[in-house]
Amino acid sequence: MLRDITLGQYYPADSVIHKLDPRVKLFGTMLYIISLFCFRGIVALLAATVFLFAVIRLSKVPFRFMVKGLRTIMILMLITAVFNLFLTPGEELVSFWKLKITAEGLKNAIVMAVRLTYLILGTSVMTLTTTPNQLTDGLEKALAPLSKIGVPVHAIAMMMSIALRFIPILIEETDKIMKAQMARGADFETGNLIAKVKNMIPLLVPLFVSAFRRADDLAMAMEARCYHGGSGRTKMKPLRYQKRDGLAYLTVTAYLGVVLVCRWFLPWPM
Amino acid sequence: MDAWGRGTVICMSIIRARQLVHEYIRRDEEGNVESISTALDHVDLDVKQGDFIAILGHNGSGKSTLAKHINALLTPSEGTLYVDGMDTSAEENIFPVRQAAGMVFQNPDNQIIASVVEEDVGFGPENIGVPTEEIWRRVEESLAAVGMTKYRHHSPNKLSGGQKQRVAIAGVVAMQPKCIVLDEPTAMLDPNGRADVIRTAHELNREKGVTIILITHYMEEVVDADKVFVMDSGKVVMQGTPRQIFSQVGKLKEYRLDVPQVTILADLLRQSGINIPIGVLTRQELVEAVLRAAQIS
Repeated sequence: MLRDITLGQYYPADSVIHKLDPRVKLFGTMLYIISLFCFRGIVALLAATVFLFAVIRLSKVPFRFMVKGLRTIMILMLITAVFNLFLTPGEELVSFWKLKITAEGLKNAIVMAVRLTYLILGTSVMTLTTTPNQLTDGLEKALAPLSKIGVPVHAIAMMMSIALRFIPILIEETDKIMKAQMARGADFETGNLIAKVKNMIPLLVPLFVSAFRRADDLAMAMEARCYHGGSGRTKMKPLRYQKRDGLAYLTVTAYLGVVLVCRWFLPWPM
Repeated sequence: MDAWGRGTVICMSIIRARQLVHEYIRRDEEGNVESISTALDHVDLDVKQGDFIAILGHNGSGKSTLAKHINALLTPSEGTLYVDGMDTSAEENIFPVRQAAGMVFQNPDNQIIASVVEEDVGFGPENIGVPTEEIWRRVEESLAAVGMTKYRHHSPNKLSGGQKQRVAIAGVVAMQPKCIVLDEPTAMLDPNGRADVIRTAHELNREKGVTIILITHYMEEVVDADKVFVMDSGKVVMQGTPRQIFSQVGKLKEYRLDVPQVTILADLLRQSGINIPIGVLTRQELVEAVLRAAQIS
């Protein structure tokens, strides 16, 4: 059961989007999110739709993988929509009992739902086409300027990649400890919530002890291999921008430009 | 020329310990000394460049502490330790020492840092600032040296214990060390993995001239070493060739060490009056000795 957990739901495929520099994807996603929160008007919505579906098409990731991510936020989306629908003051459309649906409320609910859907779809394009390692590499390089003001960027990136390396190991260990404790009569399944949490103690204590021991060992192994932080370190796989990365930046910026123009200069109803 | 083309190497001690002492000091909450345990007790040790050395000892004999000293993970409480001519207690020597003497640890899972084999091998060279093209060259060479090139794009989690340990060795080899310390590298492996790791160590020693210091308590792994040191309660109590060491079966038992089964059998046969020379190490030797004894009588 524990083996089913997958982290960073990378979908391997050979596409332009997969080959892009992770920094492009990070910044691109950021710009895309900004565009979602400031679009106004039907033309901008059209632009966002075209952009999103073009990228999904290019990424060669099946659409159903994208939609998977939506399921988890369905409830959040429903709640947001319902609140928007009933609680926005304005011109009344329908009313029954104490609730009334206003024109503004209806509009807000739809816009909000579209925004959230596009947000999840857009960000899953990034996580589905980038391996966790590329992502940490990209983060490290992209945030490098922050290290000048004392943010330990390299250390954070290193921590993230080590965490990714150890998640499967710790999962396996949890499985092992669980079986060992079950063999001694531990019960992880029955009882109410409080009993279940209490029953977790014989699992968590050994797991933590072993995690600390591993951390200690790993720190020593890293030191033995001359690790001394990010200074003076070279990279085996350095990130270098290619031509396609420049093009991608241009495309995203152009798209954001269109959305902004629509917001300011096209007084379309919506 | 040594394997990395660094010019002539004069036959000299790569490791030289003089009256080396290490004390683990336990303190209570106020910082007062609670107890002192001496892990290394005035150790004198010389290792010649290019040798294959084995260090034996039961648990708590101080052999792992010695290993950590060679890598400058610990520094001497008293005495001196020179690695490749560098004093390990000098702050500025730490990284050159760690580069000259690489280390492989017991648990294969806890020493692999990256999630892809080739990236892990590149970790050491990255740390010492080797240029990118050179890293790739070294990674390829090291993976080939331990026979793991096929697995370069794999995740370490998918490898067997012996394979992981060979990846760890490749990670050290990529730093082009003069000496590799293997601290019980086979303790957590199955017999096949164990044989693979020991064979790899011998190949590195033969083909690249890397000095190997193998710390172990499996006697079978020691038989092919050039020199054996036996440690007990922080002291080096015996040293010599495997033949010299294993001929003293009684003394080894005193230090709670096993002797290869073949040697025990040879010893028992000799005691019961069959003419077999002392210090038989391999099955082949025993067979020959028994045949010879049979012909004479």
